[in-house]
Amino acid sequence: MTHARRLLMSATTGVALLAALPASAQDFITVASTTSTENSGLFGHILPIFLAETGIEVRVVSQGTGQALETGRRGDADVVFVHARAQEEQFVADGYGVQRFDVMYNDFVIVGPGNDPADLRAAGSAAEAMAAIAGAGASFASRGDDSGTHVAEKALWAAAGIEPAGGWYLSTGSGMGATLNTAAQVPAYALTDRGTWLSFANRGPLEIVFEGDPVLFNPYGIILVNPERHPHVKAEQGRTFIDWIISDEGQAAIASFAVGGEQLFFPSAE
Amino acid sequence: MRAARDVSRSVLPLSLEGVGYAVGGKPLLSDITLRIEAGRRLIVMGANGAGKSLFLRLCHGLIDPTTGRRFWAGGEDRAEAQAMVFQRPVLLRRSVAANLNYPLVLKALPRAQRRETVARTLERFGLTPLADRPARLLSGGEQQRLALARAWAMRPEVLFLDEPSSALDPSATRIIEEMVEQFSAEGITIVMTTHNLGQARRLAEEVAVLHRGRLIEHRSAAEFFAGPCAPEARAFLAGDLVW
Amino acid sequence: MDGPFATALSLIASGDPGLMQIIGLSLRVTLTAVLIACAVGLPLGAALALARFPGRGAVIVLFNALMGLPPVVAGLVVYLLLSRSGPLGSLALLFTPTAMIIAQTLLILPIVVSLTRSVVEDLWAEYREQLRSLGAGRLRAVPTLLWDGRVSLLTGVLAGFGRASAEVGAVLIVGGNIAGHTRTMTTAITLETSRGNLGLAVALGIILMMLTLTLNAAAWGAGQWARGRLG
Repeated sequence: MTHARRLLMSATTGVALLAALPASAQDFITVASTTSTENSGLFGHILPIFLAETGIEVRVVSQGTGQALETGRRGDADVVFVHARAQEEQFVADGYGVQRFDVMYNDFVIVGPGNDPADLRAAGSAAEAMAAIAGAGASFASRGDDSGTHVAEKALWAAAGIEPAGGWYLSTGSGMGATLNTAAQVPAYALTDRGTWLSFANRGPLEIVFEGDPVLFNPYGIILVNPERHPHVKAEQGRTFIDWIISDEGQAAIASFAVGGEQLFFPSAE
Repeated sequence: MRAARDVSRSVLPLSLEGVGYAVGGKPLLSDITLRIEAGRRLIVMGANGAGKSLFLRLCHGLIDPTTGRRFWAGGEDRAEAQAMVFQRPVLLRRSVAANLNYPLVLKALPRAQRRETVARTLERFGLTPLADRPARLLSGGEQQRLALARAWAMRPEVLFLDEPSSALDPSATRIIEEMVEQFSAEGITIVMTTHNLGQARRLAEEVAVLHRGRLIEHRSAAEFFAGPCAPEARAFLAGDLVW
Repeated sequence: MDGPFATALSLIASGDPGLMQIIGLSLRVTLTAVLIACAVGLPLGAALALARFPGRGAVIVLFNALMGLPPVVAGLVVYLLLSRSGPLGSLALLFTPTAMIIAQTLLILPIVVSLTRSVVEDLWAEYREQLRSLGAGRLRAVPTLLWDGRVSLLTGVLAGFGRASAEVGAVLIVGGNIAGHTRTMTTAITLETSRGNLGLAVALGIILMMLTLTLNAAAWGAGQWARGRLG
């Protein structure tokens, strides 16, 4: 075969491969959400229901909270669905989002080694628990990535009047799963959302050692990216998704999601 | 047998007038004046480092003179209808037949003509059984035979050879020499360098001797081997070391 | 609980459609990127080997250095270009396999260019005079040299493939790891790791290596066959 023919074959194959990539003809919206929500498996449960009802495919890009909001600011997503209330409200105030709606909440729990060196099981409140960890100098694995979980963690330290620093405080700068992997290794305490915890398989010596304090509740909000800011945003389909998720059906779908028989997310739409 | 060339359109004679070649200010060839006439066998000799290879490359057009003039029959600086064979055969990583085909592709010959020429060339030089063999797997002698066959297939008027058999054993050398004689009989002008005096005696019609980049002798072979003029050439013939 | 090897084999045997989709996408993205990188990089590398121009040395050094471009940085650059807020946002390519192909092409291209340049430069030194004597100037010599160096160039292409199929930073950023759409082997491994499903993550890693091994074995076989035919 001559060189020219070979080159032409290669070029044609290349074009064919590219052309074979599915043309995005069907309806879809892009939702920026967080890795912890994705990891919990919630989307795998509720999105097929939405697709069956409306024919709209929801493509979830899961990133850290900060990155998800940035994606929304840049107009690379149509809807933002995260759990960082203050940042979400700022997002809307700055004109990047149309309106924030409550969707659901889950809660954070503190996990730690089964032998519980800082005796968190005896703590009466989240603030006490954090103080106990700092006081004992027990290892604590923090996400350190400005995610919703990290923001909540910082709020807990602040409420306990503690500035966490020292060799016992490990700032991993990574996602929830990676942080839990680290916590299981060291072993260390960590703050995690219940959803990630329930589906986390690599627990090692870790167990839930503190839960239930209302300050640990973690509310989720959903926001349509402002089409006045980014005209290409699929506003109509985005609204359809938001309307559905705060509707009775959507809320029921959320409530019906369970891991190991336990409900993870609690509907909270008005 | 090739048809006789139309002499009026031949690219020969090749003329060098006061040609010099210097690199970085250092002259490697100086003051060379000679004419290469059509149909002759010119053997160029000299000690290592005398400039034989440079001279050949300059004639062929791979390098250009830094002083003086080089021109062919029509006054042009370069000519087609030339071919060159190097001391170590340079063959492509493909079959013997494909190597013969390559220069014909460069000349944009039509496929049918190329196929016919390749077949004829293989036949002429006894290479047909090796046609599909990877060229690089041939013996040294076979590779050089292929290099010469490739040059012949290009129908050159003049063939330059740079010590074509110095890396070969005596029987392979003899084959190469026979090929050169056959080419010459067909009318191809031969310009060849060698440091093998026996080979020079066998093949030369004309002899040129280079010494330190200068042309110190250019005479017919008969005259030269009877008694060269230049003392360095005499010493060279006698086998004395000449630097 | 099965060990990772057993998990890997049972996953393949079951023909799990989710897994097949992920494998298919990974191969499609990386192979397309390799193809484009070769189509651009082989002639570019050859041209770089043969051309002489001021600053040539700097260009060579630049491509050599770009072989070490961190995938996540390549991903970031492409992301900023393709984002809706970026210069090429109107193409709507972010979070699609096409964006992933672009990012991976950027990673593979320097490898192909640098290795081609090196191989062709050596070949040119060897062939230069004979090729010119036969009537091939620099430009005409390019396809000849590329074909002649095909065995060494293939190694370069395989190195490029290896780099792309192994990386996760670029495809994660520009693809978004969307389930069923832009999730590849490496991003799936990242996801399962972050879920703590380490056994599954290792199994996926084994499958990925088996794919790469198969591909390299096929390339080796093809090379041996070609060598027997053409030398």
